Amino acid sequence: MRVSLFITCINDSLFPDTGRAVVRVLERLGHQVEFPLAQTCCGQMHHNSGYHDDAVGLVRRFVDTFQDAEAIVIPSTSCTAMVRGQYPYLAQHVAKDEGLLRAVEAMAPRVFEFSEFLTQKLGLSDVGAYYPHRVTYHSSCNSLRSLNLGDGPLTLLRHVSGIDLVELPNNRECCGFGGTFAVKNAETSTAMLTDKMRHILSTGAEICTAGDNSCLMHIGGGLSRQRTGVRTVHLAQILASTAEEPWA
Amino acid sequence: MSTNFPTRAADGLRNTQQRRNLAKATNTIRGKTAKVTAELPDWEALREAGKAIKREAHAKLDQYLLQLEEMVTKAGGHVHWAADAAEAREIIVRLTRQAGTDQVIKIKSMTTDEIELNPALEEAGIRPYETDLADMIVQMAKERPSHLLVPAIHKNRVEIRDLFRAEMGEHGTGLSDRPPDLTRAARAYLRQKFMETKVAISGANFAVAETGTVGVVESEGNGRMCLTLPQVLISIMGIEKVLPRFDDLSVFLQLLPRAATGERMNPYNSLWTGVHAGDGPCEFHLVLLDNGRSKILADEVARETLHCIRCSRCLNVCPVYERAGGHAYDSMYQGPIGAIVTPQLRGLEEAGSLPYASSLCGACHEVCPVKINIPQILVHLRGRVVREGHAGKGEALAMGVAARMFGNQGALDWSLWAGRLGQKLLMRDGTLPWLPPPLSGWTLSRDFPALPEQSFRDWWQKREDK
Ligand code: SF4
Repeated sequence: MRVSLFITCINDSLFPDTGRAVVRVLERLGHQVEFPLAQTCCGQMHHNSGYHDDAVGLVRRFVDTFQDAEAIVIPSTSCTAMVRGQYPYLAQHVAKDEGLLRAVEAMAPRVFEFSEFLTQKLGLSDVGAYYPHRVTYHSSCNSLRSLNLGDGPLTLLRHVSGIDLVELPNNRECCGFGGTFAVKNAETSTAMLTDKMRHILSTGAEICTAGDNSCLMHIGGGLSRQRTGVRTVHLAQILASTAEEPWA
Repeated sequence: MSTNFPTRAADGLRNTQQRRNLAKATNTIRGKTAKVTAELPDWEALREAGKAIKREAHAKLDQYLLQLEEMVTKAGGHVHWAADAAEAREIIVRLTRQAGTDQVIKIKSMTTDEIELNPALEEAGIRPYETDLADMIVQMAKERPSHLLVPAIHKNRVEIRDLFRAEMGEHGTGLSDRPPDLTRAARAYLRQKFMETKVAISGANFAVAETGTVGVVESEGNGRMCLTLPQVLISIMGIEKVLPRFDDLSVFLQLLPRAATGERMNPYNSLWTGVHAGDGPCEFHLVLLDNGRSKILADEVARETLHCIRCSRCLNVCPVYERAGGHAYDSMYQGPIGAIVTPQLRGLEEAGSLPYASSLCGACHEVCPVKINIPQILVHLRGRVVREGHAGKGEALAMGVAARMFGNQGALDWSLWAGRLGQKLLMRDGTLPWLPPPLSGWTLSRDFPALPEQSFRDWWQKREDK
């Protein structure tokens, strides 16, 4: 299949390894991958902070960039939720643009979060990965609620050979990131993060993974500040790792 | 009190006893509600039905309200229309004065808090007595409720004993802090009030247009005493509470108790229609309050706010409420529903920090018995905060710069380059432990990852060039 990647601004600039891992997995599975260079950001930060007119500009850019894509794969649960769930709101209630609304609605069924693409579109549960570490999985709020990914990401992890997958207590509770919430309500966000870190540490995992680098940036930033030695790694990197070519 | 949510939340966060109480209480209620909602095979269908009824009622609100007025009047009651809080206060004070009394008993009602009725009554020389146990505690402590349904959730029983000793006269002397003793004292104290007071003021959970029936549900039975013993009953309700048909009650009488306290049914469900000679109050007044509701109705995205049946389930699942506590919302409506309803009632200028008091985790939407999409409304209101010019200038500037950066590939590359250069000053062990405002909130508790030398885009282009 011809797969168009939307790598997201945070992944592109701060976590390029995530994009590289996505490319490796998809190519290993025999798909033709492309990265349209005109892409920038889905507009989530502007949208969630209330800068809706700015967000509309980014909606238009996204639509123009991916108009002809067969499948659009996004290694971020929150950006996928933004494109699928919030673009119609922006088109209808902010831009008040019928044409744009039709365009984003027509696009929505071709938009997939990375693990969702693997499990639901391709019907896979084993992507041939090998990752000999003790790992716990944080299911992001968007994965649980906006996208309803259910057990998909965990199924992929369970099929990774060599992995020691341990369940994260209170997994349904938000980590406290919430975009600008982490800055605007820094102390409440920190209180939520503290509890999340306590649960992660209680599992004895070396690595905490998730399908979204923004949650991981927040959790990983806390774990690093506390010098816990626990790292955060995007799900795609675990799935990209094989016995022959371990993910560094 | 401090003026915005983050500062008020900081007070709550530092109160570790309160945080512990809240975590324990909300966790218990969460478990109970999850259990009793899961046991109903048609719970999802009930939620849909609840939402559909509210939608229908609000689509033809004027028609149903007029029908309600007609039916209440026919049954011997009186209907009063209040456009805002001041008008509602004035009506209630006047009716109480006409009854020739200087004290009233009150049934738990958030609407009377919303219109700040108690201070108005006191100013008019009328003493209001709250009869819901928790409301009574909060009133005696001269505090504000911190939870829709459990207003004294932040208090422990030693504090309650001390209050009762100070405020209950003979009923409070020598009281212990054992819960049975506390309830016995409250009971004796309240009985006396029930017997000697002529006027009662209540809220309303529902009113049925078809029959003119008004309803209140509760778990203590004190409300029922207020509804039956006094001579004059004055009920106030927001206009959004009207239901088209009597049968609609069957949906809400299932949804509300299960979502609110995890009970299968409320212990006391009181319904009354007008007045009946020799039975109950001989005078009944219904005050219909707008106070900004028709404005909410006019907003096609935020309109759903009015579906709320005040079950408080969204508070009990909210990770922000659990930590910041109810007083951080500075309103009688706290938690996620408070974060959307308060700014709409009071204006975004005053309560503009509330739509941001959420990580948008969606837990509230997931459990709401009438499926209000609270995260969507929060984001919608944030849009209004920005559009109406209540966001900080610095933030608006930064967002504008970011929008231009993302709107232009060259600018994006340039900013990454500048960022890589700039971070060299701040970097330690590959991360950034300190960032200047407005990002200093981040580095309060988190390191920030450094920009790597190569972006994904650079990597991809190099690879394609080969
Ligand atoms: S918004 Fe929903 S969950 Fe929250 S109090 Fe209202 S009805 Fe209950």
